[in-house]
Amino acid sequence: MKNDICYSDMPVKLVAISSGVSYGALGSTHHSLHDVAALRAINNIDIVVPADNFEAQQAITLAAEHKRPIYLRFGKAAMYSLPSPATQGDRAGESAFAIGKARVLRDGHDLCFIANGETVIHALLAAEHLKQRSISARVISMHTIKPLDTAAILTAANDCRAIITVEEHMIHGGLGEACASLLLQAGLSPKFAIVGFPDEYTVTGAQADIFRHYGISMEGLGAVAAELLAR
Amino acid sequence: MSLTDHQLRQKSLQYRKQVLEIIYHAGAGHTGGSLSCIDILNVLYNRVLRVSPENFGSPDRDRYIQSKGHSVEALFVVLADKGFFAFDELKSLCRYGSHFVGHPTRKVPGVEFNTGALGHGLSIGVGSAIAAKKDGRDCRTFVLLGDGELAEGSNWEAAMCAAHYQLDNLTAIIDHNTLQITGRTRDVCANAPLDEKFAAFGWEVMTVDGHSIEQLTSAFQPASPSRQTVRPRVVIANTIKGRGVSFMEDVGKWHHGVPSKEEYVKAMAEIDVTMKAER
Ligand SMILES: Cc1ncc(C[n+]2csc(CCOP(=O)(O)OP(=O)(O)O)c2C)c(N)n1
Ligand SMILES: [Mg+2]
Repeated sequence: MKNDICYSDMPVKLVAISSGVSYGALGSTHHSLHDVAALRAINNIDIVVPADNFEAQQAITLAAEHKRPIYLRFGKAAMYSLPSPATQGDRAGESAFAIGKARVLRDGHDLCFIANGETVIHALLAAEHLKQRSISARVISMHTIKPLDTAAILTAANDCRAIITVEEHMIHGGLGEACASLLLQAGLSPKFAIVGFPDEYTVTGAQADIFRHYGISMEGLGAVAAELLAR
Repeated sequence: MSLTDHQLRQKSLQYRKQVLEIIYHAGAGHTGGSLSCIDILNVLYNRVLRVSPENFGSPDRDRYIQSKGHSVEALFVVLADKGFFAFDELKSLCRYGSHFVGHPTRKVPGVEFNTGALGHGLSIGVGSAIAAKKDGRDCRTFVLLGDGELAEGSNWEAAMCAAHYQLDNLTAIIDHNTLQITGRTRDVCANAPLDEKFAAFGWEVMTVDGHSIEQLTSAFQPASPSRQTVRPRVVIANTIKGRGVSFMEDVGKWHHGVPSKEEYVKAMAEIDVTMKAER
């Protein structure tokens, strides 16, 4: 990838399927939880992790015309059609899809979930759940990890007291660390937590079981949010 | 107390039933490839390999590396029979938190190497065989490959390397069932003639019926001390994917097909009939 695609600037479209722990029960040989970290370290490749049918369709269409190397990361399960301002018709345009432009799926001002791919739905569910506890949570689908939508992250850090990133990836080298690095270098330090796969032998089982195990669930994210805000 | 050919044939049938049982209960598994390689594993573990729960920590044990890791159910069933763990533990296959996952992992007692990403096993085997030679140990290394797996170029680097280092302590076995995950191997990435290819790479080639206890046994005998050339050996085992269950035999979808309740009952009954007929 580095030599023949990125360095050579070939506009190749890499499409990863069954990423993350889509093949949860097949064991670590069949998990891909390191791809984003490896690719983030390579110059000249865009990394896109669509969250739902809308984003997938948009990303594929744009990738076809993309002039640079691009990596699209998909899971295996059928995708959702998530509610968003764009799909609901109001504030049309704000959440339209562009590579490198995050989508705000839900507004909020206490805390912000920055998630991507198949974890986004869990962030949305957690936001709804937190609303009952009078916590207002923003949910951003950060479908593009490179180039990162820095404005959306900095805005979230200014608007909200806490940021929680969520990804189906090792916590090392993925979305969370990309956000942390940006914030710290911008001199911002909101309460911050990275939810993802810790540096250990990954537990196995169905994808949903593994997600729950590592707190990528409505309950898990709700608990992290409550703990973080109380800190 | 060595088992007769007849006893091993009965054992193979028992293993086939156990493979189906654990796949049926897990609701997941690689049925076709496990049934095609079970006779190979049977002969290896019950006749050839110096591997047991007692000697597994010894550097002198023989090494079995299952490069076609997806046929893990065959391996688990045989390891359970060899006493590495209780068969009942396999009820947790593919369940949340179980170490019996869908590919070989060294967290399971008796598993020599983690596999599942195809195309790694032969290179690992080459390393193991070189190490044995350097250490002056007489242990042997066996690597089981799929015919579809041979599309991975790393196999051919390893094949070249094995001949270069004259690894007569290395035996590669090809589970030559002519099917892979998406269809006939010849349609996906043709690799015939395998015998000529391996011969050209400097290997001793044997072609056998991969379901014949007798033929597998003789193919796995160590090289004769009076041999002229020192070469690694490949055993091309002609097999039938899904072997032993009529409706699974040579049918591509059983690569990772899981039997329904009716199919399961029918398959088990069929094997019972075979067992009685052979008795
Ligand atoms: C590196 C890698 N690529 C792809 C796969 C997916 N895969 C699993 S089984 C299989 C087909 C293997 O066919 P074959 O080697 O003939 O095995 P068998 O017929 O004995 O099941 C493939 C492509 C994999 N496990 N590893
Ligand atoms: Mg095959």
